[in-house]
Amino acid sequence: MLYFSKFKLITIYLIIIIISLFFFTNFIDKNNNFFLSKKVNLGLDLQGGSYLLLEVDSAPVIKQNLQNKLISLRKILKENNIKYLDLKIKNQSITFATSENEIEIFKNFFYDKDDLFNPYYAQYKSHEMDLIVDKNIVNITYSKYGLIEIKNNSLDHSLEIVRRRIDEVGTKDPTIIKRGIDRILIELPGLDDPNRIKNLLGKTAHLTFRLVSDGDENFGSELLYFEDGENQLKVNKRVIMSGDNLVNAQPSYDNINSQTIVNFTLDRTGAKKFGRATSKHTGKRLAIILDNKIISAPQIREPILSGSGQISGNFTFQSATDLALLLRSGSLPAPLNIIEERTVGPDLGEDSIKAGSISLALGFLFVILYMFLKYKFLGFIANASLLINLILLIGILTILEATLTLPGIAGIILTVGMAVDANVLIFERIREEMTNVKSNIYAFDIGYKKAQTAILDANITTLISALILFFLGSGPVKGFAVTLGVGIITTLFTAYYFARHLSSIYVMRNKDKKITI
Amino acid sequence: MIFKIKKDIKFSNFYKKLNIFSFLLIIFSIIILSYKGLNLGVDFKGGTLIEIRSENPEISIGELRQSFLKMNLGDVTVKRFGKANDYLVKIELSNSKDENFIKSINDKLSSDLGSEINFRRVENVGPKVSNELLKAGLLAISLSLAAMLFYIWIRFEWQFSLGAIIALLHDVIITIGIFSFLSYEINLSIVAAVLTIVGYSMNDTVVIFDRIRENLKKYSNISITDISNISTNETLSRTLITSTTTLLALFSIYIFGGAILKGFSFAMIVGVIIGTYSSIFVAAPILKYTNVSQKTILKDEDNKEKY
Repeated sequence: MLYFSKFKLITIYLIIIIISLFFFTNFIDKNNNFFLSKKVNLGLDLQGGSYLLLEVDSAPVIKQNLQNKLISLRKILKENNIKYLDLKIKNQSITFATSENEIEIFKNFFYDKDDLFNPYYAQYKSHEMDLIVDKNIVNITYSKYGLIEIKNNSLDHSLEIVRRRIDEVGTKDPTIIKRGIDRILIELPGLDDPNRIKNLLGKTAHLTFRLVSDGDENFGSELLYFEDGENQLKVNKRVIMSGDNLVNAQPSYDNINSQTIVNFTLDRTGAKKFGRATSKHTGKRLAIILDNKIISAPQIREPILSGSGQISGNFTFQSATDLALLLRSGSLPAPLNIIEERTVGPDLGEDSIKAGSISLALGFLFVILYMFLKYKFLGFIANASLLINLILLIGILTILEATLTLPGIAGIILTVGMAVDANVLIFERIREEMTNVKSNIYAFDIGYKKAQTAILDANITTLISALILFFLGSGPVKGFAVTLGVGIITTLFTAYYFARHLSSIYVMRNKDKKITI
Repeated sequence: MIFKIKKDIKFSNFYKKLNIFSFLLIIFSIIILSYKGLNLGVDFKGGTLIEIRSENPEISIGELRQSFLKMNLGDVTVKRFGKANDYLVKIELSNSKDENFIKSINDKLSSDLGSEINFRRVENVGPKVSNELLKAGLLAISLSLAAMLFYIWIRFEWQFSLGAIIALLHDVIITIGIFSFLSYEINLSIVAAVLTIVGYSMNDTVVIFDRIRENLKKYSNISITDISNISTNETLSRTLITSTTTLLALFSIYIFGGAILKGFSFAMIVGVIIGTYSSIFVAAPILKYTNVSQKTILKDEDNKEKY
């Protein structure tokens, strides 16, 4: 166990040198070089920032899709001469009543793989919708895979809109990724107050232009609140134009009325629609509605044919900027709910780094002093191997560009405490063997050999814990699992290659002297 | 020249008394757990946690409490956290629909107390997520126990496995029991601590078991009790040194690592102490109770040769 071939030695020290280099790149401020730019990432709990988990509320999307289905279903039933009664949407399903013969006709049609009403997904071997027949009542719902498709689509679409909105705000290095079937995870490093972003993401930003109803006209109208939540206005349900037709929106200042406004530009279809409506309804009031709240309802003074217009309201410059941003980035297909938020201020992050570093330095110092006291010269070997271990651990974290969190630092400190175990097991074993055998070399050799099983056993158990934690843990705790797991590997490496080599040099030089451990 | 005195402690003399002690501790822990339950943090119960630093040192904790009371946020607890003007506030409510929830609390607080209030950390966990985190945490702990069981089962004879697992459960139950007794908060990092304790406890037990098995082969006609004593003595200095260095590292986290890591390092400190104790006084006696002898390992090796 004490002999190392030249080739082996070169490999061992080369590994140590190369990985150590990456330890030092953390202290070099060069970002254009592929190697030198590698650094350990600081987690949000250390550098400060915001973590948000959003859930797409797909219920409104499902309802909207069912409404569209209902319209085409009505057409289809008519075309196929199927008589039906009581066609309606109830509890996320479409129901209607018909005769049993006609149900059979409908079934043929419903399961036709080439028809567009109920598309067939070859990859899932399933239709978009399921059919349940109860006597003469037909019940159509989305199938499991139909729902997955809807959720996937609205998640993809939402992700795109969320990305646009966050990019427009201009935070640095945001992470925006999908989580599962209906969630979006957002990490915003360095962001002190996520309130503005939360506000921007909390709005679906569905913009519509609708006419204000005349006093006694009730059919097809609804009462909507203004943004102040107090005043109400009756508006027509028919949408003249929606935000989908917007191509640009910018905040601006209206010098005539001295107020902040939002200017918008429409695409060609939008411009045509808007021109037609404003010509026809000149003199009437047009309500501008965002997410079912009226922003303002100005009078149409003249037809607007240019394809551009302006929205006034009680805007501050900030709120006009945000509204323009929302309109530019488009509306969300479904509302987003923030189901988890974790924000750490930058000053707390700094405090945590300080506390973590101090406890790491002190923990390291205590362990080193203790090992010196316990083992004298062999303690020096254990400590040298501990130092190399620490450098390798951080070097590997750098190569992996792992994220260092506060629990991650705790994992490093814990590794410092537990790493000496391997060397302790070996030294204790050597001490025992020395009482049995005369030769120092033989005692060292046997000591290393016999300690092997115990060291492996001991480290595998901790590695199992680290692995489970890595796969099931979240956020900062994952950082702990990474440092603990990597720490075990570097511990085994330094104990069995680096420290063993130092011990072998030591014992060769002192083979005839009395060694006390 | 220093001659080390050969350690010759009769650990087996303490087995009975300490086993009764351990048994009572476990019963006590289970009673406390079932009556008092655990103080689940925001991670597992949902709600909002805010770490506050008030710029005005004259604001008292009472005033803070009063101010929160006015907001009708359900159950609110305010306690000191770290430095003198730092507080940790836990609010039962978490609000996912109202994105201004946190801001409105800050505004109300600042205007009510007439001083800028700094939110250093905010954690807002909805009921759905906290439920999932709780499930994931329990799953992680059960999985790690199962994985250890599996590992020790392929490595050792069943008597050894039984001893290791009982020692493991002993450590986990008592650590959690102490958390329940002290009403310390259970959050994600405590789960990480418990998993690490599981690993550490197993590690410590395995080292002693390895030696016991080796000595069973070495001495052919000594009883298991004596072999346990010999093996424990032989590995004792390793056990103590490793526990000491680990505890040195943990105490430095506990004392200097800041308020956030206090719970985690406390759990680990408790776990390491109990884990070290249990490998000597819980795991080893089980071998005696299950009548382990030289035959136990011989039988096993015979089996191995057959296949």
